[in-house]
Amino acid sequence: MNAQRLLIAVLAVLALAAPWFAYPVFLMTALCFALFACAFNLLLGYVGLMSFGHAMFFGTAGYFFGHVVKAWDLPPELGLLAGVGGAALVGLVTGALAIRRQGIYFAMITLAFAQMIYFFCVQAPFTHGEDGLQGIPRKALLGGLIPTKDDRVLYYVVLAIFVFGYCAIYRIIHSPFGQVLKAIRDNEQRAQSLGYEADRYKLLAFVLSAALAGLAGSTKAMVLQFATLTDVSAAMSGEVVLMALVGGLGTIVGPVVGAFIIITMQNYLAATGEFVLVIQGAIFVVIVLAFRKGVVGELAEWWKRRQAR
Amino acid sequence: MFELLGIAPQALFGQLLLGLINGAFYAMLSLGLAVIFGMLNVINFTHGAQYMMGAFAAWLLLGLLDVPFWASLVIAPIIVGLFGIVIEKLLLKRIYHLDHLYGFLLTFGLALVIEGLFQWKWGSSGAPYPNPIPGGTNLGFMFLPTYRGFVVVAALVICLATWYGIERTKLGAYLRAATENPTLVRAFGINVPRLITLTYGLGVALAALAGVLAAPIQQVSALMGVNLVLVVFAVVVIGGMGSIMGSIVTGFGLGLIEGLTKVFYPPASNTVIFVVMALVLLIKPAGLFGQTK
Repeated sequence: MNAQRLLIAVLAVLALAAPWFAYPVFLMTALCFALFACAFNLLLGYVGLMSFGHAMFFGTAGYFFGHVVKAWDLPPELGLLAGVGGAALVGLVTGALAIRRQGIYFAMITLAFAQMIYFFCVQAPFTHGEDGLQGIPRKALLGGLIPTKDDRVLYYVVLAIFVFGYCAIYRIIHSPFGQVLKAIRDNEQRAQSLGYEADRYKLLAFVLSAALAGLAGSTKAMVLQFATLTDVSAAMSGEVVLMALVGGLGTIVGPVVGAFIIITMQNYLAATGEFVLVIQGAIFVVIVLAFRKGVVGELAEWWKRRQAR
Repeated sequence: MFELLGIAPQALFGQLLLGLINGAFYAMLSLGLAVIFGMLNVINFTHGAQYMMGAFAAWLLLGLLDVPFWASLVIAPIIVGLFGIVIEKLLLKRIYHLDHLYGFLLTFGLALVIEGLFQWKWGSSGAPYPNPIPGGTNLGFMFLPTYRGFVVVAALVICLATWYGIERTKLGAYLRAATENPTLVRAFGINVPRLITLTYGLGVALAALAGVLAAPIQQVSALMGVNLVLVVFAVVVIGGMGSIMGSIVTGFGLGLIEGLTKVFYPPASNTVIFVVMALVLLIKPAGLFGQTK
């Protein structure tokens, strides 16, 4: 227990000092993706539902944020709210339909809905199609109290948003509601027979996951000041699956680790073009075949074996 | 009557033909997916990449060895099918005991690798494939390019042959039996693992065959299967993977619906199949031809 507290303290210090050692925009992007991956993992790791269309929440939330802040000229807080609310709404509609099927069909249905949203975003006027929504102004937060033009200041805002989202997920998983979710994951019929209406729990979890993915997406739009089709694409849906998988499904820290690994990798490999995809694909194959527990899962296993000795 | 609707018959029938052609590809691809899923319990995400490989194989055979289209129609699916068999032997075999999701993820990763490599080697802009039967006939109400007519007929023949092979032959009977109860079929002395490998090879060859047929109509490009496979997933959800005939009917039907949407409300033509999927999920979640287990 003490070791765990020490670890959290070290991580906190590292997170607070990071923008003085690393490029803040990179850190912020990574944090957004980390939150996105955690939101995805809430669904797959704890409810057993694999959504292969999470980009539809991440990407549309970016558009909602940009539209509210740029076209309507409202404060960024309202933009974030619109992003989260919009993503939750998309999640409510698609989730209500998707939970009607189980297992692999669920993955295909979410993938198909994400593709539908993608085509919608290509055509809709407010997304500016292929050009994307560019030049979203960075406005000061809390009525001018926090100037976000400075990357380091904005970093702390993003860190706060990430910590909020992460704690929310932690709280959800460790609440009675989270216990029911895990019961449904492990044995849906039994949970049902105990009087828990599985569909309602699944839908609520889906909407929560969508809303948190939306929080990540709109925060990313706030940081990078644009929202584009890339963030709604099927490739993005695949990327978040990869992040969670690399880090470790069903572990609460795994997706964060996975997101940092993948974002760092993309950063270094960006110049190689198509090879980013080839390498990502190869990682998928290797992980599925050999390291299904992911980095954090395998480390935890190794630690347990060491302790037992 | 057409004048009343404000639509020229040429436009209407032209789009219907296009829809029928798209439907032919949906039918062939969803058929392969259904056959593979039935036997392997894997949703083959690599299907779109293998379709692309079929088109590329034909294009390379023509460019490098001067192999004509008609020979490619046989050779390309065999090459890609053999590639599929290698994949099954090397990779897929190892994950049958796991949850379906892992097969989905593994084949997704494979698709990324294959498409990325093709993109790296040949770029993402397409290359044209010469039309093997140029010309066409004026039917009075529309102009029918001969090759497009041929594609629809060929796809129908391929689909019906697959149906016949699975529903009416001895090998097909083994296959269906092994889908229902592999252990029992094995006890009868049938080599089930080999049957599984063969099924995957055949499913992949079917995708490649569709790719060869598509080559003269579309540009041959590394990414030609990326969006297609996503639409085919929706087709599979709509039809349900329970019946072979169901896959064929759903594929062609959805192609037609897409064509009609292009005539009457073009902006929705990309999304109409997904809307149909949403409606089917509301009314009959198991799919039009699916059985609820």
